[in-house]
Amino acid sequence: MDQVFINLLNGLSSGLLLFMLSSGLTLIFSMMGVLNFAHASFYMLGAYIAYTLVGIIGFWPALLLAPVAVGMLGAGFERLALRRVHKFGHVPELLITFGLSYVILELVQLIWGRTAVPFTPPEVLQGSAFTIISSPGEGMSLALGKAAPELCAAALCSTFPLTRAFMMLVALLMLLALWLLLTRTRVGLVIQAALTHPEMVEALGHNVPRVLMLVFGSGCALAALAGVIGGITFVTEPNMAIIVGSIIFVVVVVGGIGSLAGAFVGSLVIGLLQTLPLTVDGSLATALTAIGFTVTPDTPGYPVLRLALKDVAQILPYLLMVLILIFRPKGLLGTRED
Amino acid sequence: MSKPKEFHFKPLNVGRWIVWGLFAVILLVAPRIWTSGLAQTMLTQMGIGIIACLAYNILLGQGGMLSFGHAVYSGMGAFLAIHALNMAGAGTLGLPVSLIPLVGGAAGLVFAAALGYVSTKKAGTPFAMITLGIGELVFALALMLPEFSGGEGGVSSNRVIGKPLMGITFGPQIQVYYLVAVYCFICTAAMFALTRTPLGRMLNAVRDNPERVEFVGYNTHWVRFMAFTISGFFAGIAGGLGAINTEIVNGEVLHASRSGAYLLFTFLGGATFFFGPIIGAVLMVFCGVLLSELTKAWLLYLGLIFLFMVMYAPGGFASLILMNLRVAAFGKLKKLWTSYLALAGTALAALIGAATMIEMVYHRQLNEALGPELKFMGATLNSAGLDAWFGAGFLIVIGVALFELVRRQYVHEWGKIQEDIEKEIKRREAL
Amino acid sequence: MSFALELRDVRKSFGKSEIIRGANLAVQAGERVAIIGPNGAGKSTLFNLISGRFAPTSGEIHLHGQRIDGKRPFEINRQGLSRSFQVSNLFTRLSVFENIRCAVLWSLGHRYAFWKFLADLDDANDRTEQILEMIKLDKRRDVLAMNLTYAEARALEIGITIAGGSSVILLDEPTAGMSKSETKRFIQLIRDVTVGKTLLTVEHDMGVVFGLADKIAVLVYGEVIAFDTPDAVRANARVQEAYLGSVLAEAQAAAA
Repeated sequence: MDQVFINLLNGLSSGLLLFMLSSGLTLIFSMMGVLNFAHASFYMLGAYIAYTLVGIIGFWPALLLAPVAVGMLGAGFERLALRRVHKFGHVPELLITFGLSYVILELVQLIWGRTAVPFTPPEVLQGSAFTIISSPGEGMSLALGKAAPELCAAALCSTFPLTRAFMMLVALLMLLALWLLLTRTRVGLVIQAALTHPEMVEALGHNVPRVLMLVFGSGCALAALAGVIGGITFVTEPNMAIIVGSIIFVVVVVGGIGSLAGAFVGSLVIGLLQTLPLTVDGSLATALTAIGFTVTPDTPGYPVLRLALKDVAQILPYLLMVLILIFRPKGLLGTRED
Repeated sequence: MSKPKEFHFKPLNVGRWIVWGLFAVILLVAPRIWTSGLAQTMLTQMGIGIIACLAYNILLGQGGMLSFGHAVYSGMGAFLAIHALNMAGAGTLGLPVSLIPLVGGAAGLVFAAALGYVSTKKAGTPFAMITLGIGELVFALALMLPEFSGGEGGVSSNRVIGKPLMGITFGPQIQVYYLVAVYCFICTAAMFALTRTPLGRMLNAVRDNPERVEFVGYNTHWVRFMAFTISGFFAGIAGGLGAINTEIVNGEVLHASRSGAYLLFTFLGGATFFFGPIIGAVLMVFCGVLLSELTKAWLLYLGLIFLFMVMYAPGGFASLILMNLRVAAFGKLKKLWTSYLALAGTALAALIGAATMIEMVYHRQLNEALGPELKFMGATLNSAGLDAWFGAGFLIVIGVALFELVRRQYVHEWGKIQEDIEKEIKRREAL
Repeated sequence: MSFALELRDVRKSFGKSEIIRGANLAVQAGERVAIIGPNGAGKSTLFNLISGRFAPTSGEIHLHGQRIDGKRPFEINRQGLSRSFQVSNLFTRLSVFENIRCAVLWSLGHRYAFWKFLADLDDANDRTEQILEMIKLDKRRDVLAMNLTYAEARALEIGITIAGGSSVILLDEPTAGMSKSETKRFIQLIRDVTVGKTLLTVEHDMGVVFGLADKIAVLVYGEVIAFDTPDAVRANARVQEAYLGSVLAEAQAAAA
């Protein structure tokens, strides 16, 4: 039970991290029509730049500066390269961000090496947020921080890391800030309008190229912020972009292209879908056995039937994407038909 | 009032026969010119790559569909072909080795039909994301099913099976090359023929204006779906040939990096012309085999070249060649000689500067035990000292600045030449 | 007698705004109808509904007696209806010849064939040549569509529309943006290429309307308020009011 609860929180925190990434992606895509293939690369850059800055200025300033630095790099890319390609159409735009992802990956490997770097969380974020102790005699109890070893000796202790809790906090704060920005400020109003009617916004006199540069840069900055937090929670390595890259596209397709609410729902669904099954040992084979069928290695399709749910967890999001495409092509909350 | 009976007279297209004849001759003669073992391996891979990239371009260049998951179909073709090869070797499947690639093609066709129906429901960017997702899905699934994919070690086989026909056992590399060459020629011809059929033309129409296609009576989804399936068929053939060539297939053939390579090199070769992917495939093998030996940063260079091409030459090398051929046909190429030399020179300077820096960084990273000195292009550099860094940086800055200057001059000259050519065309039209 | 094209209480809302509010129209085969109306009346929307670009929110549309509302554009086209666009909607990277040929392929039954060569399809190639001569673009057959002049592009636009041989043709502001002489030429072109067909055009230029149409349908705020011969429509009080406003209409009537 406690494991399920911890897993639920893990899933939610992963989902919120995915949201930090997919919200930036959705903003860029909705406003510019560009799918930033290099979005996950900026995520990775954020982690690595923060790692380097931490040694110089400490964690908390790095947490603020790394996204700013990456945001400026993103804005620079938009100004110098992406803008030149706008007139060729959407496919070349996607291609140029695809090329950028290669270049960023190689540069990261060039500068920081091909193995993981020890990006550790600051003192205050190390350890557990809380521990759930379920002992056979006294049921479940909650202990803040890490529980004392004596308590865990006789009981089952499940911990929830502080870094994950911090991730949820930052993600929720970011969500709040984004919501406030979009609904309460003038800039936000322009962005909301441009989400669905970019040409009209330009016709109304807003300096759309500058706004686009800002949006692209901000999207990258958001990705980098997610990167800093992801970097301390998970492993900071060149692979991190690839791992998370394809998942955020799935999130956007499932949630519905062009919809921030869809990105939120999609992120949580995918985050949970990737994490909750990790505790389930069962497979199709065990399920069939439970209802009375006998499943042996000779049963046709056995290799598929015996796959445990926890092993399959990583591909469930893709399966969901395919199902959504068949039954609800617009996505869960999609608005724009592209 | 009926029209008089019309006679259709089509003169023999000599040019076409020459081109295809030349292609066949090159395929036949290449391994006789470059006879080393490495060359023959590379030529074989090029032949396979040509089929795979041309198949990819059915989607990209002719259909306007950007797919990030092409390796799924060549990969599944490879897997099913190698299983078929094993079955043929064991006697349960009475298929000669030369027909095994068709098993790959069938596998590619079936998977493309199944997955393509869902993928082609959307177009443009959503389509690209879907192909990416499906690619990841298939790759992960394959790894989870070691019965099918052989797990870490992959599935291996032996292509020397059965009774040799006319002395052909497919043992030596040269025999495999000629098998690949035959398939390459036939597949290239088939894919070229496709561009001249109603489906091929409607595919182009879908690329240019998918909405209008519906208003002239065609179901856009269906056109895309059929093209996707045909592309999968040829990709599967390429995969099958690859399986025969390497005699081992593992999960790598399904990986996203392979899909990325198809995309990268097809685009570099030139997606807007039929023969562009052929150039791309040749480049793909060269870079993969030779360039990767030269420097660790080859993917970085490639990525930068790719970015450059997307920005300045979206038609790839094919378009660059053809544009300059057109200029040459009008006799104006001489005017551009100096510009090209200057462009090449400044680019080279910048490149040398960058390469120096990159090599020094890699040296510090990987070969620290050997001390800070390294040999690069005949010079000894001290990567710990500032001189080398400054020199490299200076070279980059000067190179880039001069390049930009020369480029603007070049663009100006190019524009003038294009104007002259347009005038000349108009003049000729009026005659 | 069944009509070539019939609209029965067609309505279309976009979100909360109802653009087409109960349009009724019955066009007989071979009639030429001009649809006129003030800006924003919903003329293009009506065309989009008929041709299948959007589905009506309610109501029925019948083509030769069969319902076509809610069907996909290609289904409607295959049943015999073709439309042109106000902004030229061509196959940009194909030549003029290829553009027309793409438009004739389905009607000649070639469908998704990948086993025959285009060069061997005599019926398609001959018909394409025919159309090219009709729209006077035979000298420009190898020019890419994106390199055409404005008038040539509009001519090609019409060419693609009629090439498939549909019996009901919808032309959306075919002469928009043309000079007087070009417009005159175009009216003759349209008359020539739509012989024997049912034609609906959206037009603003009254010269075109009176020169081309047997009947005029007046669309105001999403409703057809008049459908009659040109002279009858001119005299219709509701039409005058819609165009000129009731005060001015009364003043004009009083002065007349």
